[in-house]
Amino acid sequence: MSLNDRLRGVFVDALQLDADVDVENLKYRDIDEWDSVGHMALVAAIEDEFDVQFETEQVIDMSSFKVALDMVKGFGISE
Amino acid sequence: MSESVFGRSQVEREAALLTELTELTEHHRANSVQYDRILSSLGIEQGQRFDSLAELPWLPVRMFKTHELKSIPDDEVFKVLTSSGTTGDPSRIYLDKDAAAVQPRMLGATLREVLGGKRLPMLMVDTISIIKNRRSFSARGAGVLGMANFGRAHVYALDENDQPDVEAVKGFLEKHGNEPFLIFGFTFMVWQYLYEVAKEHKLDLSNGILIHSGGWKKLIDIAVDNGEFRRRFAQDTGLTRIHNYYGMIEQIGTVFLEGESGNSLYCPEFADVIIRNPDTWEEQPVGEPGVIEVISTLPRSYPGHVLLTEDLGVVHGIDDGDWPGKRFSVLGRLPRAEARGCSDTFSGAVAS
Repeated sequence: MSLNDRLRGVFVDALQLDADVDVENLKYRDIDEWDSVGHMALVAAIEDEFDVQFETEQVIDMSSFKVALDMVKGFGISE
Repeated sequence: MSESVFGRSQVEREAALLTELTELTEHHRANSVQYDRILSSLGIEQGQRFDSLAELPWLPVRMFKTHELKSIPDDEVFKVLTSSGTTGDPSRIYLDKDAAAVQPRMLGATLREVLGGKRLPMLMVDTISIIKNRRSFSARGAGVLGMANFGRAHVYALDENDQPDVEAVKGFLEKHGNEPFLIFGFTFMVWQYLYEVAKEHKLDLSNGILIHSGGWKKLIDIAVDNGEFRRRFAQDTGLTRIHNYYGMIEQIGTVFLEGESGNSLYCPEFADVIIRNPDTWEEQPVGEPGVIEVISTLPRSYPGHVLLTEDLGVVHGIDDGDWPGKRFSVLGRLPRAEARGCSDTFSGAVAS
């Protein structure tokens, strides 16, 4: 599975997204599910999936799916 | 990694803040008719220069309860924060997207000074049910959520019925107690539900860093002040890294943080405090108590950059503590009559 698809799966599970949500273009607070409570669950789920640990600034800056993807890649995790 | 926000001496800070806050005052005048009207009625002209921070016009914090004060168009309002006033109307604070993004960043920059950049395992001295109703958080819930970003592997010290969950705390300490960990809670809850429980069960909190806020009123009633709070935590639980903070929703993102030596709050360099004599409104000298005015460069979407609070405080010293700048304490609430008197002056001005 590609990195993109893995991360997509984490978003769908952690935020309990409906099938028709355009996950790749999602931004923080675009939808009700990705609020500050959802964000906590999402960060924890990404850390579990990729076995990484984000710093505080990264958690605050994780404002979209694309940003999250770049951050995961930044840990040297590849396809 | 960003630089420390506790670097500037008082002189450097005031020079930088005066420029920024003069600009911010003009920005709010240009974008909030209400605010411009208030300043005009006080005889302050547009484009006026100020020689010191103390000359900047302030708004009583109570005005955010009675007036819609915002410096953004309606269609750019992204989030409206409401305070949990014990009486009367809540404050309403209007944020646009930029303001909503800036405030956690600056809170982060401030707390990084004591927490570092890594997210530590986090013990919340609260119940998870405080954040269960996602559509409507109490101020307590918003505080808990705002802090959650600074930790990981969150464990709640109270169960869903607000009862201490001793097993959860023990489990947390077994797993994380041998490395630095973060504790967050409101001051009276930390005392009642963490200190008392830790003492009774002989829990070791010596690797903890406690961040707490929310006022001392309930503890003063049982004769626990800040000094006693620190002394007994250290003696009975080993917890010595304790940082109280002072902040308010009307200046969201700005917190005044207790230094490691305790008993003094410090201003991050994008903020400052001025203590005013409640009779003359002149600035009080060091050591003289008065009403706390809080100043911050963060409020850009609403005119909350210079606010007169309803709290009493005292500056203990300048450039002589753990970090540069003023160090101060909050002494309690202003007696109601005085608070009302001062905002009546402004309400009259706005109505005209």
